[in-house]
Amino acid sequence: MNFDISEEQQMLQETVSQLIENECPLSRIREIFEGTDGYDPALWKGMVEMGVAGLQIPEEYGGAGLEMLDQALAAETLAYAGAPGPFLGHALAGLALVLGGSEEQKQRWLPRLAQGEALGTVALAEGDNVWQPEQWKLAGGSTLLGQKAYVPYADMAGVIIVGVAGPGLVLVEKGASGITTENYDLVDRARQLCTVSFDSTPCEVLPEGAAASERVRDAALVLLAADAFGSGQRLLDMCVQYAKEREQFGVTIGHFQALKHQLANMALEIEPTRGLYWYAAHVFDHVQDESARMAALAKAHITDRTMQIARDAVEAHGGIGFTWECDVQIWFKRAMFDRAWMGTPSVHRERAAQMAGW
Amino acid sequence: MDLDYGKEYEDFRAEVSGWLSSNWPPKGELAELPLAEGAARFRAMASEAGYLNRNIPRKYGGGEQPPDAIKGQIIREAFAKVHAPMEARGIGSMMLVPTLLERGEEWQKEKFVKGTINGEIIWCQGYSEPGSGSDLASLQTKAELIGDEWVINGQKIWTTTAQQADWMFCLCRSEPDQPKHGGISYLLIPMKQDAITVSPLKQMTGGADFNQVFLEDARTPADHIVGKRGEGWSVSRTTLKHERNSIGNAAQSEAIFKGLVALAKTSQYNGRPALQDPTIRQRLAGLEGYILSHKYSGLRQFTKSAKGEDVGIIGLMNKINSTNIGSEVSKLALDLLGDDGMLDPIAHEEMTLLPTGGNRGWINQYMYSLGIAVAGGTGNIQRNVIGERGLGLPRDYYADRSSGK
Ligand SMILES: Cc1cc2nc3c(=O)[nH]c(=O)nc-3n(C[C@H](O)[C@H](O)[C@H](O)COP(=O)(O)OP(=O)(O)OC[C@H]3O[C@@H](n4cnc5c(N)ncnc54)[C@H](O)[C@@H]3O)c2cc1C
Repeated sequence: MNFDISEEQQMLQETVSQLIENECPLSRIREIFEGTDGYDPALWKGMVEMGVAGLQIPEEYGGAGLEMLDQALAAETLAYAGAPGPFLGHALAGLALVLGGSEEQKQRWLPRLAQGEALGTVALAEGDNVWQPEQWKLAGGSTLLGQKAYVPYADMAGVIIVGVAGPGLVLVEKGASGITTENYDLVDRARQLCTVSFDSTPCEVLPEGAAASERVRDAALVLLAADAFGSGQRLLDMCVQYAKEREQFGVTIGHFQALKHQLANMALEIEPTRGLYWYAAHVFDHVQDESARMAALAKAHITDRTMQIARDAVEAHGGIGFTWECDVQIWFKRAMFDRAWMGTPSVHRERAAQMAGW
Repeated sequence: MDLDYGKEYEDFRAEVSGWLSSNWPPKGELAELPLAEGAARFRAMASEAGYLNRNIPRKYGGGEQPPDAIKGQIIREAFAKVHAPMEARGIGSMMLVPTLLERGEEWQKEKFVKGTINGEIIWCQGYSEPGSGSDLASLQTKAELIGDEWVINGQKIWTTTAQQADWMFCLCRSEPDQPKHGGISYLLIPMKQDAITVSPLKQMTGGADFNQVFLEDARTPADHIVGKRGEGWSVSRTTLKHERNSIGNAAQSEAIFKGLVALAKTSQYNGRPALQDPTIRQRLAGLEGYILSHKYSGLRQFTKSAKGEDVGIIGLMNKINSTNIGSEVSKLALDLLGDDGMLDPIAHEEMTLLPTGGNRGWINQYMYSLGIAVAGGTGNIQRNVIGERGLGLPRDYYADRSSGK
């Protein structure tokens, strides 16, 4: 019985964190926030070299053969650092192929995804708050006709795994006929999302796509929970740091008990959720009966906690907290993304209620 | 991460279950005894088998086993499964015994530990005074060494179980010339003496678990002091640490949440079973997020302490997390009770997080959750600790840091 991460897992977090510090420091993240790409080529290249692009891809296909917990720990670290880039969609596309693809599809795509030769992404949403597999309406056969929404980095992707009614998941290759993508104007400039339209676009069914689609959803929820945890921690740390530096009434503001208690409450909200996201990640691989419900509860709970912490963090910084210049906005907006992508907390609470038989 | 216990521990689990199946429920002569007595005898047997009171040496009636948090957990699980009693949960075994084991004299351990863990000696905690609650170190109850006896004068308040108690572990000011924290001694005082008057305080729930205690030339032998003269403050910190840990048990939060879901199944809300109401479903699932966080934080701390590692800031959060959960659960329960929320509560004899007694038990819980939030250090005091010790923020300014008067 060991409810803790291993030394290797700690090392993974440390190396990812070091990489971001070298390749994409805060100054660079701020530059990215001035644009709309949500992308840093050097950082993604470094992540690929480090193996972060193929964490859950089995070793026989050139990946690291690790588990959901490793993937989630990487997500936490990326979020803590505010790292931009296509990690989330890429990880989910790889997992969709691992869980749902034919042997031939796996051999064709997984090594390229693991080695970063191709970027993967997932097209799940359909607009009007439709995210969940059971809601998908886009019909999937040998071609696609229709639209998907909020697809990460679709214009850069070499392969898009598309959620469809019926077979669950289909695969569309870059350059397939009839695809058009259009970028959204997003609040979180460390991410990029597109609409993807298909006009008689050829696609391939993933043979195990129906079952895999649910697992991909659960994986997305765990990764968003982990991301939100990393963001919440960062926001808290920023506030504590500021409270030790900023002076008013002749003392640092951390002396004031009202503020101290606000920060203590933020810590009380975020710190205990670390174990929740670890557990949700662990059961994804090890206790599959519990996985869907834990993923739903973790996503709902942690993204909500972090969103409130982000609001508190603005207040804790005073006037500067409301500026573009203040770094709080980076994680505030990341929290908004994490909360909404794949469905808001109340959607997943209701799902959790149903799964409990309530 | 590995949530299996492994072969060695699964063998141990089998051993414990085997022992339990031949000893619980009690058989023969033991089964004839009144409940409390039977439970005490069972506890003594389980200690002897090495399953209970494991950190306590055999000569004091304990199970004397090398520390092994995992075995401890397995024992808790196995005993819970068959509803066998664990260690007595009185203030004495939970707070005084660990303090004595850490700081007491040999004769004190011999005299008090065994009787306390068996439930023969009942204790109360004499810390708070009318003028000294959060600012406990300002306490004024006076102890003077006269001949070979301490003579104690003053008043304690909110003293839980003082009516039943045989002894009080008590903080007194014995060194009036020393600064505030340095002038306190930790004394063990027999309660059954004429110089002590216990007068019950009626709680808002209608029950009277706590009391005022008046000490007027009360006496205790000179050697009934834990630690040296003037060390009482640091000795009391040992005890408070144990109090906060015991209040932070996540299993209780889970049990009370189960009760809440059961209540939602049987209550009507907006004209239909409450469990079908979307707002109730949201609130339940929202609360479960907190409860699971508390639970898995507990597992993580458990692993850290089994490995002898520092648990970090989370260790300071257990009390307030569990009392917050208790409050939130009871607030939702009150909404489910609807009209019954106007009824008088059933008074509990014991401070407990677990509501019993149907809807009126929940009303008791609605109020008692606040008592538990205050007892052992209020929320504000906990937030100070988290802010200062956990986040490293500057300490609060206290006006009277130096004076003992
Ligand atoms: C059910 C119950 C059982 C108890 N059992 C026992 C027992 O067996 N033995 C025993 O000794 N005591 C016992 N107590 C007493 C308990 O420990 C005290 O009530 C508690 O420590 C608070 O002290 P107080 O009541 O004097 O409140 P105060 O200290 O007067 O607090 C009043 C308010 O002021 C706030 N406050 C005080 N100081 C600060 C500060 N520095 N910063 C911010 N806010 C502050 C508090 O948070 C609180 O909101 C029990 C209490 C209850 C409710």
